[in-house]
Amino acid sequence: MSLIHPELIFQNKSFENNESALYFLADKLYVNKFVKSTFKDAVVDREGKFPTGLPTGKISVAIPHADSAHVIKSALGVMTLDSPIKFHNMGDPDSKLDVSLIIMLAIGEPHGQITMLQKLMGIVQDQKHLEQILAYEDKDSLYKDLHHTFKDIKV
Amino acid sequence: MKKILVACGSGIATSTVARSALEEDLKNKGINMKELSFDQTSIPQIPSMASDYDLVITTAKYTEDVGVPIINGLPFLTNIGEDAVVDKIIAELGINK
Repeated sequence: MSLIHPELIFQNKSFENNESALYFLADKLYVNKFVKSTFKDAVVDREGKFPTGLPTGKISVAIPHADSAHVIKSALGVMTLDSPIKFHNMGDPDSKLDVSLIIMLAIGEPHGQITMLQKLMGIVQDQKHLEQILAYEDKDSLYKDLHHTFKDIKV
Repeated sequence: MKKILVACGSGIATSTVARSALEEDLKNKGINMKELSFDQTSIPQIPSMASDYDLVITTAKYTEDVGVPIINGLPFLTNIGEDAVVDKIIAELGINK
């Protein structure tokens, strides 16, 4: 099964703050049975202790996640934001980043999914690809891009 | 043998990324990987484990004194400043070719 699912992709969403964005996306993972009911609070709790905003350049990305104990099957929840939301910087929690793309990781293996994580970082480190991800006008185009990027990874 | 501990918030995701990027970078620089060993953990586990290691690399900010050098490995995730941090790690471990 693929890591990318149309029902876990959202475009141009608006939220008051990062917590409501995290709850929204985590809930979609939950109702689609990728994670347990405990995942939501675990993600928000973890974000508070160990923030996941990455200072990747003009377009910053957050990669919220939680312990694999809360995960049923691995998947990625992807959400682009209408206007950026503040996330704390992973490397320096005292500073905040304007995040335009949230990729929520549900990782079911205790030692991570190395190939998936490497592909993900390939996207995160590529500002051109990030620009393209934010620019897609319809969900189908975004889905096809992500599906293609992660197509070799089976979960 | 030099022992390196790579830590992140949960010990699952970003430490996996940082570790694989570091191993790749060290190989590319011709470092003898047989002289190195790597382990991963979560940040809360660092104080109880650090004394068994020569160097701790964290993807999140970590400023506690655990008696072992600590280097921030965020550049392995963002690719910004990655070369500089690899050089710092090599110098810290004294494994220059």
